Amino acid sequence: MKQEGKKHIWSNYQKEIAEDRYFYVRSCIRQTFFPGSENTFLKILREVLGKDVHESPNHTTCTGIGYHCEVVPFATTQTVVARNFALMRDAGYQNYTPSCVTSFGIYTEILDTWQHFPAEKEKTRAFLKQATGREFEEPNSLAHTSDIIYKFRNEIAQKAKYQLINSETGEPLKIVEHIGCHYAKMFPEKSVGGAEYPNVLAGMIDAWGGNVIDYPERRHCCGFGFRQYLIQANRGYSMSASKKKFESMEAYQPDFIITNCPGCNYFLDRWQYVLAETEQKTYGSNGYGIPVLTYEEVAGLVLGFDPWEMGMQMHQIDVEPLLKKMGIKYNASEKFKGPQGQELGLPEFPEHVKFTTQSDN
Amino acid sequence: MKDFGFSPMKNKVLNFDELNHDFHQWIAIQDSSFNLCIACGTCASTCSAGSYTHFSFRELCKDIRWGNAEKAMKESEKCMLCGKCSIACPRNINTRNIIKMVRKAAKTSPL
Amino acid sequence: MRKTVAIIGGGITGMEAAIQINKLGHTVHVFEKDEKLGGHVAQWDHVFPNQRKAREIINELTCQISEEINIHLSSFVEKISQIDDSFVIKSDNNELKADAIVLASGFELFSASKKEEYGYGIFENVITSVDLERMFVEKGHPFMRNGEIPQRIAFIHCVGSRDEKVKRTYCSKVCCITAVKQAIEVKESIPEASVYNLYMDLRMFGPGYEDMYQKAQQKGITFIRGRLSEASEVENNRILIKTEDTLSSRPIKMTVDLIVLMIGISPSLANNQILSDLKLEPNKDGFAEIADDHLSPTHSKVKGVFIAGACTGPCSITDAINASRSASVEVHHYLNQV
Repeated sequence: MKQEGKKHIWSNYQKEIAEDRYFYVRSCIRQTFFPGSENTFLKILREVLGKDVHESPNHTTCTGIGYHCEVVPFATTQTVVARNFALMRDAGYQNYTPSCVTSFGIYTEILDTWQHFPAEKEKTRAFLKQATGREFEEPNSLAHTSDIIYKFRNEIAQKAKYQLINSETGEPLKIVEHIGCHYAKMFPEKSVGGAEYPNVLAGMIDAWGGNVIDYPERRHCCGFGFRQYLIQANRGYSMSASKKKFESMEAYQPDFIITNCPGCNYFLDRWQYVLAETEQKTYGSNGYGIPVLTYEEVAGLVLGFDPWEMGMQMHQIDVEPLLKKMGIKYNASEKFKGPQGQELGLPEFPEHVKFTTQSDN
Repeated sequence: MKDFGFSPMKNKVLNFDELNHDFHQWIAIQDSSFNLCIACGTCASTCSAGSYTHFSFRELCKDIRWGNAEKAMKESEKCMLCGKCSIACPRNINTRNIIKMVRKAAKTSPL
Repeated sequence: MRKTVAIIGGGITGMEAAIQINKLGHTVHVFEKDEKLGGHVAQWDHVFPNQRKAREIINELTCQISEEINIHLSSFVEKISQIDDSFVIKSDNNELKADAIVLASGFELFSASKKEEYGYGIFENVITSVDLERMFVEKGHPFMRNGEIPQRIAFIHCVGSRDEKVKRTYCSKVCCITAVKQAIEVKESIPEASVYNLYMDLRMFGPGYEDMYQKAQQKGITFIRGRLSEASEVENNRILIKTEDTLSSRPIKMTVDLIVLMIGISPSLANNQILSDLKLEPNKDGFAEIADDHLSPTHSKVKGVFIAGACTGPCSITDAINASRSASVEVHHYLNQV
């Protein structure tokens, strides 16, 4: 693998990312899947980097899931998106930053549509006015929140308490990076690094001391795909796609997987549990799975945030072996306590993939 | 084992690295014209057996090439040995002889 | 009265035109941007359809370049302007007035890194047909980056040809037969190696081409009808490739030591400036446009400007020499009329 070759390709996929004053829009599903990640992003931006980030309680879905499942017509999607743009305008912001990769794809697709078919934009303007009385403007810049963390990766590295290094051996951690399809596969030129050799997560890993693993099925689908998992009968298909990736990466003994997409994160994490329970097969070391982290969680760990405050106990695949590997100081007894220290009770533990319980510590 | 109502599916991609090329090599030694096939399908379109059964010499060649010896042996039984394909083949492949070699292999297990 | 002809490009097309036009009694000036004549062919080890040494062709042409022919090496043509019936050719170290121009400025090789999914420039055992030819010149056989002799080699046809994604919709014409030629040479230099050719169609249109294809089959080279979808690097920097065997409708994956990308012929960027100076439009593929598909294959649409060889589109050495001679005769007739 020649690094210069990758850098050459990356030079073709650079994008303008705004410096400050972001209009932040949350994902529909992330808050239930990995509830601490979005708060971690806000904490990093506001408290660590001192940026101005605005959220509107009136923000709605982008309709992405419905749109891709062909239950929401495109005209509706455009109007809903226009309404979200209108909220940004009303709040006095211009830099739109969605947390969800599918939303990022939707916004990119619509801005591209409006550029090529201005009549669609005018139609949307009329619909929005008629339905809500609102008016909108296109954002000055559109960046996925992983783009923003990428932009400030070196600042984060300067303030790092921990590095992506195995504290026992001193070796860089071996990390699989996986980007969401809607981040770069639809509009590679709107991403950092393109779709074939994406740099958005690789750049973070590099800045924070880890090593990116290149494994043969790195491009393969994570198994999310709306058409794959929404219908139960298709879920074997979804799981098989994830399995293909795990089998391919297993030989490289990754310490963890980092993703920038709600779906990739969820399915790479949850399917490892289902595969363990149906096939008694685990892909990490010593009967554990391979932890799957969001980029916000990784940034948070590097900055020394408390893993339980970031909601990392919500992962199906246990993260404690990774925390120990990185030499992170954390309180094991608070894993299943609420933010005010209240007991939340213990989850049901899986049978065939190890999960650290308090008695192990 | 938990039942989730779905399970992983079998991967149908042909892994070339795991194919057994012995049978193909043996056939190519018995009749060196074997490798000259260009998959034009002339043999299959003129085949007397192929009109009534699912039999294609072109497919048989693929089975041999991709290490599917058992299937090739079974398929070869469908041939009537009329030799029409040998007359038609533009690459002059000795198709009839190749069928006979496959049948011979089925009887004598040379590998 | 002796007339002056400027030939842009000193590859085989330009060399042949210079020889012929000089024989027809005109003063010839050849402008070549490189330090020596011979163009792409000079980089090649052996050529199809008879595995002849490329050097022989260049040497034979060089021997025929008489002292009367003016060769300007390292002369990149910067601007051409037309004044009535004559042309002023300005290169970085020369200025010349000519009565006619033969555009023989050739082609560029398709840049393989544009097919990002094939990993050229990223995976060390992904090479191009040109790199392979260089390996033959250097060592007489292909080798992996770590110096080892590859045991499994796959040729990937149509890289930068017949591909909307990289805006090369045309067939580059010479890569199929080159792949067959190179596959044979690989097999001859490493007899125990397994050699695979992944093709969409095998376009064996020229004399002797089909014979070479048969020869390759006889040598046990495997032809798989399917286009490479993506390549990945696996252990020991070997390459995992994926295609479909379209003849049995099965997706295939296989690991090889080396893949050779058969890069196509692309229009030369430097040509665009010359074409626009001469008020000529490139054709839809970006090459110099000939005046009539059937009857004027070496005329451009501008009087006094003739075109030949790979600047008009993909062509073999034989095609280039034919076009060159045709252009020379047309130049001669034209100059006698003016």
